[in-house]
Amino acid sequence: MPTALAAISDPAVRAAFREWLLRVADDELTIGHRHSEWTGVGPDIESDVAMSSIAQEELGHARLFYEQIAGDEPGGPDRLAFGRAPEEYHNAVLLEQPNGGWEFTIVRLALYEAFEQQRLGLLARSGQEPVAGLAATLGREERYHALFAAAWLERLARPPAPPAGTTGRGAPGLPDAVSATAHARVQAALEAAWPHALAFFESTEADDALLRAGLLGDPPARQRETWERTVRAILEPLGLTIPTGTAAPGGRRGVHTADLMRMHAEMTEVWRSDPEARW
Amino acid sequence: MNLATSLEQAAWDVLASVEDPELPIAITDLGLVRDVRVDGGSGSPGTGARVSVRLVPTWTACPALAVIRGRIRDGLLAIPGVRDVSVEYTYDEPWTLERMSARGRERLAAHGLSVPSCRFAEPPVCPYCGSHDVVVESLFGPTLCRSTYLCRHCRNPFERFKPPAER
Repeated sequence: MPTALAAISDPAVRAAFREWLLRVADDELTIGHRHSEWTGVGPDIESDVAMSSIAQEELGHARLFYEQIAGDEPGGPDRLAFGRAPEEYHNAVLLEQPNGGWEFTIVRLALYEAFEQQRLGLLARSGQEPVAGLAATLGREERYHALFAAAWLERLARPPAPPAGTTGRGAPGLPDAVSATAHARVQAALEAAWPHALAFFESTEADDALLRAGLLGDPPARQRETWERTVRAILEPLGLTIPTGTAAPGGRRGVHTADLMRMHAEMTEVWRSDPEARW
Repeated sequence: MNLATSLEQAAWDVLASVEDPELPIAITDLGLVRDVRVDGGSGSPGTGARVSVRLVPTWTACPALAVIRGRIRDGLLAIPGVRDVSVEYTYDEPWTLERMSARGRERLAAHGLSVPSCRFAEPPVCPYCGSHDVVVESLFGPTLCRSTYLCRHCRNPFERFKPPAER
């Protein structure tokens, strides 16, 4: 199978691109696993099916990236997905955190999809085939995830009605107190998620090597500015306040939380029971 | 007709007989087949042709992809003179609605599925009464490639074929 990595002759650049692609795959694997935990317990049947479908797509995308990274390596994509130790994963810490309430899941989904759309765009423009074409294809699929997140954010966070006598703006059919509670919970979820979302852009030596090689356009700091503009345009019209916290890095360097240890133990259990099995 | 040409025709016949397991439509009408190549197969004893098929998936995480690949492999290997088969999904050009044939659209419509003509964002139309007065129930339907709607005019729920969104 032709892979994007095999086409890169400089071993240092190849290693850097491998690490960068592992971030993409590990992000999709961990968030896909978390989304899948909503199956059967979503707040309504439509959301249950939606989260299950989004999970299915993210896990499918992870597999495609692991295939690209693994090439002809022994063990293939499954070993990459399930055969590494937790500290070898490069996912952002936000994506390993437990689902918490529905509002946290929705806020995280919105923040991640904005980032994912941007990252896939970067990869699509990289000219590194076949992953560039793959990224363009996946970006079209991911767009529905962002639409789902935006619709739910609107539903949950639309501000409560202003004082009596003026026109109400809260969600139709909901008492103001309910709207106010929902809005406050979304704001709290945003506060909790924000420092970890900023860490989507945590950079390592791999980013420097890729920039020097001219492989992936923007430096992470500039990518982060673009992303902040995108999410502001989604959040601020709903009366949500952008938190001021700073990034909580770690994930891109393999520094994770106990949440990933628990998820990893569960996620890899079947594979570890017989790594040589063919499914 | 030389041997390679007749093998290629036989390969296309096999492809036209493979249906999507989640939709009543042949994969050739759905527009999944990018190209077919026949190598070797001179007809001399002990040799056989290699048939390579490249496919463009509608949805990359669709569980039907593996089933479709398996059915194509089995069908192609059953063609006399074929020794080796390769079936690969490619991503260098995304699947779009233009790839679906007119016959494919008719098959899906007859199945009760609304099919957008060229863009996912165009106004959905009720497949029962033709009304545009419809509301989306869920963008995520029973399969990755379907969304669910309600027609406010004839009160029927319906499904719409959901293409990956254009950029």
